[in-house]
Amino acid sequence: MIPYLIALRAIVTREAYRFVGQRSRFIAALVRPLLWLVVFAAGFRAALGLSITPPYQTYTTYEVYIVPGLCGMVLLFNGMQSSLSLVYDREMGSMRLLLTSPLPRWWLLFCRLLASTAISILQVYTFLGITAIYGIRFAPLGYVTILPALVIAGLMLGALGLALSSLIKQLENFAGVMNFVIFPMFFLSTALYPLWKMAESSEILHDICAANPFTHAVELIRFALYVQFNGPALIWTVLATAVLLALALWGYDPARGMVRRKA
Amino acid sequence: MSGLRVDRLSYAYGAKTALQDVSFHVPQGVFCALLGPNGAGKSTLFSLLTRLFTTASGRIEIDGHDIGRSPRKALKQMGVVFQQPTLDLDLTVDRNLGYFAALHGLAGREARRRIDHALDRLEMSERRAEIARNLNGGHRRRLEIARCLIHKPRVLLLDEPTVGLDAATRAAITRHVHTLSREEGLTVLWATHLTDEIDDTDQLLILHQGHILQDGPTASLRGPQPLPDYFLAQTAQGAPR
Repeated sequence: MIPYLIALRAIVTREAYRFVGQRSRFIAALVRPLLWLVVFAAGFRAALGLSITPPYQTYTTYEVYIVPGLCGMVLLFNGMQSSLSLVYDREMGSMRLLLTSPLPRWWLLFCRLLASTAISILQVYTFLGITAIYGIRFAPLGYVTILPALVIAGLMLGALGLALSSLIKQLENFAGVMNFVIFPMFFLSTALYPLWKMAESSEILHDICAANPFTHAVELIRFALYVQFNGPALIWTVLATAVLLALALWGYDPARGMVRRKA
Repeated sequence: MSGLRVDRLSYAYGAKTALQDVSFHVPQGVFCALLGPNGAGKSTLFSLLTRLFTTASGRIEIDGHDIGRSPRKALKQMGVVFQQPTLDLDLTVDRNLGYFAALHGLAGREARRRIDHALDRLEMSERRAEIARNLNGGHRRRLEIARCLIHKPRVLLLDEPTVGLDAATRAAITRHVHTLSREEGLTVLWATHLTDEIDDTDQLLILHQGHILQDGPTASLRGPQPLPDYFLAQTAQGAPR
């Protein structure tokens, strides 16, 4: 068992060193949600009034509403960025180094996933810290109960990135996937508007949003932030994680997967 | 059977055959040069040898371990230097080696000892805290070679390891690996398309259009011909039909 843990520690530490080294990436990861919060939400506050839906007990301002969605955004972008670095890693050869280790491949990929999730969560907490300074605060316990939700959501989005990275041939194609995956996933979710608001404008859009795993990840985070539990969201998120992880492992399988096309 | 054994290996990318019925054996402690022009199938062979992907047709044995049946035992006995650089340029020399050691399950004092040994051998102990990006091409390559020896493999695979290096560095690295093979009894498979990297005492494999054209001691294969002429003559004839 010990070699497994040694490798896990090394992979997580390596990601941390790389992350610290790429300060611009850290700042970009923070500026993006903060821009949404300060500019977008401020503009929409007047236009969008939100009535009382769970987990909210009272009338909620739009700025407060979108914080969990922006936490999800941090996880989403970071999950994708991490797989971007996987594509880059593979081209640079260090993915090869990882894959020729005598440990099982699923474990190595899982370690990589855990490492990127840990980095994502660090970013979310930094973001929550800044929103607290900005004046949007939550119950102290909420900052604790959000952690498991962030772990699951982070794993799901990391697994999505991992699956995509195994299917993408080149770095250039990745920009397209960013546009075709990140933006639809983010906009067709409850990150920015609640489901009932979507239903008012279009039934189809509502259905797409309700099926989007990212919606459930955001709802899981939203409820956890208010120290509440959302069972269906949890089940959806865990299921999506399992499916995406299986897809990623298939993609990196040396016998059947897509890696062979790009070697 | 120790060393490196490849038996009836074939591989195709869709309809395009990359390797056709490739078989050879490199005994323990032998330096074997895999010579082939660009596109001969060397990289495909390396990907199969390092299990980046697998094929159903054929068999690969690394130090007696079938890579299809017990991949982890086989990978454990294998040290690889890929054609593309695999150093993490943003990390220090020390952390690069530590990361690799950990991927092979080594940590703590044992890892420390082996890393020290690797750096001593390269006479790079005083540069351990340097960022890998600051090393020149030759030093980076040497570091990669030292790194792939940390877990004490028995078989060394090097895929065109001298690409992009100047002539003097190229000669030095080629000499270094020949010495390693001789002194430590390592089995080496050295892929190249440059004939001046091959000694007369090496085993020579000529790969062309996915086929093994020749397999034997370099001196007796080339006879009185200089190796470059022999190689050109061989590959000009094309693959057997």
